[in-house]
Amino acid sequence: MVPSVVLMNSTSMIHTQELTKQFTVGKRTVEAVRGLDLTVEAGELVALLGPNGAGKSTTLRMLTTLIAPTSGQAFVAGHDVTGDPREVRRRIGYIGQGNGAGHQQRGRDELVSHGRAYGMSRRDARERAAELVASLDLSEVADRKVSTLSGGQRRRLDVAMGLIHAPGLLFLDEPSTGLDPQNRANLQQHLVALRERYGTTVVLTTHYLDEADSLAERVVGIDHGRVVADDTPARLKANHAGDRVALVVDTPGDADRSAARIGAAHPDAQVDVHGNRVNVRVAGGTFLLPRLLRDLDSAGVTVRSAEVSRPTLDDVFLNLTGRSLREGRAGTESSPLGVTTVHDLEVSA
Amino acid sequence: MNTMIRDTNLVFARELRPVLREPFSVVFSMIQPLFFLALFAPLLSSVSGLGASSSLQWFVPGIVVMSCLFGASMTGSNLLMEMQTGSHERSLVTPLSRPALLVGRALKEIVPVVVQAVIVVAVVVPFDFELHVLGTLVGLVILGVFCVGLGSLSYALALAAKGQDWIFWTVQQTLLFPLLLLAGMLLPIDGGPGWLQTMSQLNPLTYIVDAERALFAGTFDAGLLAAGSAAAVLVCALGVWVGARSMRAAD
Repeated sequence: MVPSVVLMNSTSMIHTQELTKQFTVGKRTVEAVRGLDLTVEAGELVALLGPNGAGKSTTLRMLTTLIAPTSGQAFVAGHDVTGDPREVRRRIGYIGQGNGAGHQQRGRDELVSHGRAYGMSRRDARERAAELVASLDLSEVADRKVSTLSGGQRRRLDVAMGLIHAPGLLFLDEPSTGLDPQNRANLQQHLVALRERYGTTVVLTTHYLDEADSLAERVVGIDHGRVVADDTPARLKANHAGDRVALVVDTPGDADRSAARIGAAHPDAQVDVHGNRVNVRVAGGTFLLPRLLRDLDSAGVTVRSAEVSRPTLDDVFLNLTGRSLREGRAGTESSPLGVTTVHDLEVSA
Repeated sequence: MNTMIRDTNLVFARELRPVLREPFSVVFSMIQPLFFLALFAPLLSSVSGLGASSSLQWFVPGIVVMSCLFGASMTGSNLLMEMQTGSHERSLVTPLSRPALLVGRALKEIVPVVVQAVIVVAVVVPFDFELHVLGTLVGLVILGVFCVGLGSLSYALALAAKGQDWIFWTVQQTLLFPLLLLAGMLLPIDGGPGWLQTMSQLNPLTYIVDAERALFAGTFDAGLLAAGSAAAVLVCALGVWVGARSMRAAD
């Protein structure tokens, strides 16, 4: 797959400059993506993370030529998405939020015709379809009408369709939605294997935090159509969230005294008091805790319980944007990873 | 051009596949014109203005055009479904040529139309109907061209409706019956009031129906043939143009 147009940034798989998309809803103009600059190198696995309506899917739809940018530029696999969409399409795979296979069709037929659409010969498409059907555990249902398949089976068929032509760059829009944990793990294994075998570049959107955390080497946080964070999950958490140390002491008075001492000794720490609870957000919480306990002990404060939790990407997001990743639940429920946010405690205190 | 033909063929084959897999599902839709033949055609024997030949000879071409009109105008309904499920989006991400996505779908509608025509003709031949093979074949070619245009318009309508069923069906049904009645498919227009005749003359389908009647009767009337072909080509060009445009606009 040698790009026919050699660009200055032809080594990058994706390169966008000031990519912008405005939608007109009635008389209102909504800016879904605002001057997005993003570069993805070949072989990377990038998760676009953000709450619903942040502009993740709109970005993906521009990069896959489904919608035209209002302004700005995007080069994908060495070609301009507006000037040369066909060349872009030839080089990418896309697994959208819906079902790729027609409901009136049979799964295997759709796989073969999808492969043929990418220029594969009938024979190659059939062989490849058989391979994917076997590896995605679709053998029993591949020759049935798609409308009779379960949600999970259809999703696996979507994945198979996205992979049929072994694209060098694969986009996935919320790929895990509707999959049970086992199939989610299965999909993740597939993506990992795909990269090992073909060096495929993968860009996916997700609002499953653990998915972005465990799968992606690079997380691009998007909010209000802009990039607000871009790093490895580990570094994002270290730089933007810190650990959370939660202490329970005897009385609210003790809690205030403790907070004052901790605040004085560790100016970087963020300290909140709620009744007889003290919450400290600080880097290296696990190392800090023993010292903290000794110090409080010497000051005559009895600590009833202490807990250190590692930050989640949701903490990162909340810190950066003041918004939780989980739409409509901003800070009123605990995150699925077992870490409560500052807001939670305010509510429960 | 090669890619365009290959892509059109791929889209066509994909659209046709469910029909081939379950041929029985279309058999029922093909029975409908037979009801018109059995329950409506007999009423025509007392109607004047059908020309010298039998009423079946007059009615059969009309019924063939009608089934084409019904079938092709519904092309977009398959697309509606695929827009809702996501499989249309999946096609748009492939390098398939955009006009091929349109024309391939529209071409598929020709297949049931031809099969229907064959069934109708086969049924009426034992009765008072004279079969003229060459004329019928030429007639079907003209109808095919019209079909592609109408199918593309239907496709454009589905895109414009943005996947909302009710918009599509309201527009389709509202346009379908005036076109059908004004083309003189069921009853001759000649005896009608002047305004109706004028409106009929503005309907491209009228010229196609007239040409089909001549061709099914084995008459190659240059004037009728030219007018019918011109109407079909015009609808086809307009349909593909509008369809391709709305596909770009849907971006």
